[in-house]
Amino acid sequence: MAGVVRWSRTASVSTVASGVLVLALAAVPYLAARAEQSLVDLFCFVALASLWNLLAGFAGLTSFGQQAYLGAGAYALYLFAAAGVDPFLGIVLAAVTSALLSLPVSVLVLRLTAGYFAVATWVVAEVLHLVATVSPRVGGNTGVSLPGVAGYPAVLRQALVYWWALGLMVVCVAGLGLLMRSRFGLDARAVHADPVAAAGAGVAVARVRRVAYLLAALGTGAVGALLFAHNLYVQPGTIFGAQYSVYMMFMVVIGGLGTVEGPVLGALIFFGLQQTLSGHGAWYLVLLGAVAIAVTLFAPRGLWGSLAARYGLALLPLGYRVTPGDPDQLAAARSGWGRTGRRTAG
Amino acid sequence: MSLLDVESVDVRYGDFQALFEVSLSIAEGQALALVGANGAGKTTLLRTIAGAATPAAGRIRLRGADITTAPPHRRIRAGIALVPEGRRLFPSLTAEENIKVGAAAATGDGWPLARVYEVFPLIARCRHRRAGLLSGGEQQAVAIARALASGPRLLLLDEVSLGLAPAIVDGLYDTLAELRAAGTTLVVVEQDLDRALAACDEVVCLLSGRVALRSGAAAADRSDLVAAYFGQGPA
Amino acid sequence: MNWLNAALQGILLGGEYALVACGLSLTFGVMRLVNIAHGDFAVCGAYLALLLSTALHVPAWYTLPLLLPVAFAAGVALQVLVLARALRGGVLAPVLVTFGLSVVIENLLLVGASANTRSLDGGALSVASIPVTSQITLSWLRIAGLLTALAVLGGLQLLLSHTGWGRAVRATSDDLDTARLVGVRVRPVFASVAGIAVATAALAGVFLGLISGFDPQAGGITLVFAFEAVVIGGLGSLWGTLAGGVALGMTQQLVGQWNAQYAVLGVHLLFLLVLAVRPQGLFASAQVTV
Repeated sequence: MAGVVRWSRTASVSTVASGVLVLALAAVPYLAARAEQSLVDLFCFVALASLWNLLAGFAGLTSFGQQAYLGAGAYALYLFAAAGVDPFLGIVLAAVTSALLSLPVSVLVLRLTAGYFAVATWVVAEVLHLVATVSPRVGGNTGVSLPGVAGYPAVLRQALVYWWALGLMVVCVAGLGLLMRSRFGLDARAVHADPVAAAGAGVAVARVRRVAYLLAALGTGAVGALLFAHNLYVQPGTIFGAQYSVYMMFMVVIGGLGTVEGPVLGALIFFGLQQTLSGHGAWYLVLLGAVAIAVTLFAPRGLWGSLAARYGLALLPLGYRVTPGDPDQLAAARSGWGRTGRRTAG
Repeated sequence: MSLLDVESVDVRYGDFQALFEVSLSIAEGQALALVGANGAGKTTLLRTIAGAATPAAGRIRLRGADITTAPPHRRIRAGIALVPEGRRLFPSLTAEENIKVGAAAATGDGWPLARVYEVFPLIARCRHRRAGLLSGGEQQAVAIARALASGPRLLLLDEVSLGLAPAIVDGLYDTLAELRAAGTTLVVVEQDLDRALAACDEVVCLLSGRVALRSGAAAADRSDLVAAYFGQGPA
Repeated sequence: MNWLNAALQGILLGGEYALVACGLSLTFGVMRLVNIAHGDFAVCGAYLALLLSTALHVPAWYTLPLLLPVAFAAGVALQVLVLARALRGGVLAPVLVTFGLSVVIENLLLVGASANTRSLDGGALSVASIPVTSQITLSWLRIAGLLTALAVLGGLQLLLSHTGWGRAVRATSDDLDTARLVGVRVRPVFASVAGIAVATAALAGVFLGLISGFDPQAGGITLVFAFEAVVIGGLGSLWGTLAGGVALGMTQQLVGQWNAQYAVLGVHLLFLLVLAVRPQGLFASAQVTV
């Protein structure tokens, strides 16, 4: 019987494998606590990459200002924690605050597209950066440390931060996948491919963009708050730094725009490069930039995207596949279509 | 030798095929009417001849020389010029500037501005006005003048009567007749069948990207033409 | 009187911003491309001028006859080798590529020149000034900056209005597809526009280096200011870009007069305000349609 399938055996296998992996990672604080610190960074990279991919790879919005929400989340956490809220609960509140902040911002910046949108988001990040710098309430240029953690013994606090980071990463990646398999995801990809055609087909283009932007701000705010809880200290110069956008762009472009698996791969590669090369300072960023340029020009689908296209891989399938059913049934259907379709050359 | 030969041309836009094995020849000094329903491929064919689209298969020859992959500016130098559907003037340029842009691609045989204003007194009056502010008839005249400015031997006209008052269209076709008399070869895409047949020697009808009918204009059987236009078999 | 001084300094500053911004404005108008690395090209201009003026033992001005053609050639090379390909890759590709380029340039400069702030030596002109009143002093250097901006913008405008090249550029920015169809050679148009953009950026960079300091990462803020000037002034108009630059400069100086810490923030807020209230810019060219 012919049909449309959305899943595959590969997907089932990889879902189970991912589940096992997540459980294994959750056990790290008990078994290999020294790896916690680096893994938190890795998890944050994966989350950020997935979120940036939601914007750029699926909704077609290249933001160079997501660091605005990193900072917003971090400083919101500070304000909540200073007011007595438990720091870990504060992460959720900080994320929500970040999303609320993104609402008026989206009204402004979504008037623009592509390069202009990118720079406008950068300006917004710079505005927040400057506001934090001139506000003594949040420590100005020197920054602040996280209040309210005194109640947690260090080992427990680090483990909690680790699990939150793991959870956040899983939510971002799985959430992105589920979202993109939904109706919203289809709309988003249509908007990315051709906004005019999408609008003509009845997609609410502006709404899709706004929702994508809000969700990205929500997730990025959570990451920002988490980074604050992780490092116990936040400074405007660091948290609002444009280098985060460089990293996000690199991870997603190298891994593969518009696939769920791509950013994960990109984050792993980026993390590996950072661990091995960061001693070389600026050269490492030159390499990053050069590779990103080369990939964009010559392998625009990124590493995962190219592999997936070549071998038909999809650990988390987003599309629809038509499977041929009974061959006779298929032939009968085809003869009724008439001569259409492609012609071979010659 | 014919001026233009289109040999079995296929044209695609991505996955969509617009023209299937389209062939036609036009002799020097002829006027060919290209008709067909919307979406039949008329504009695609003209754009392909002008160089805006490259055929996936087939050849295009101008006086025997293969121009299939030549870019538009080389085709203009070789003597082909297109008046695009919808006029497509440059809105921020004046009428005169639009014409000068058209002249820039030519190599010497172009029409000097004085001659343009002689043939189109309508334009002479509004030459310094921005193209975006001109009336429909003025814009159409400028669009034709822009193409003529390069001194073409083959002039392609895509739906020049669209949106214009009949009196103005009469004037345009009078000008086209003058051009024919002066030796310019014309390919005219026209929705108005009567006008097309009256102004041209031959008619080609396209249907869904294929040539459905080719005939002399005078000899064209009306019912055959209608059938080819709408896709029914010959009566 | 301090306010008047601030306003005048703002106008002069505006000229510099306009000089950086005009290349960006032109590139976007013609190619629909925002070159994220534009500010970095200005900074490169400053570093190259430093290199040449140190090597040749001359004030920075004397390096311009060599610097500008090199910058023009770099812009052409950039377009032909990189941007043309990026433009074919869709809407995101040019943004990503120019951002990558910005990262590469900034970090190459960091490696090559260290993070220290440098400045250029302009000889006697750098310190010469005209005292207008007891509280207002206008530096010759800044006046030269404004005059250069006016000359460049005026020159570009003349070229655009009165030459065949200018018509080809304007036709291409109106309607790329039709321009190609009527025989405009689009590739040379793009290449020449890119060359002019980088050359004007390098020139602006030299003034930047003369008037204030520069370091490898100054490209970012330079780009942002240039971008804001273009948006405030309105797309499609070189004189609009000048007006945008002046608006920027005056805001920076006036707000800075009130509280130095808020100067840059004030500029960004002005940009956001214009974006909110009049997104097409204050002096957008009239839209006409065919």
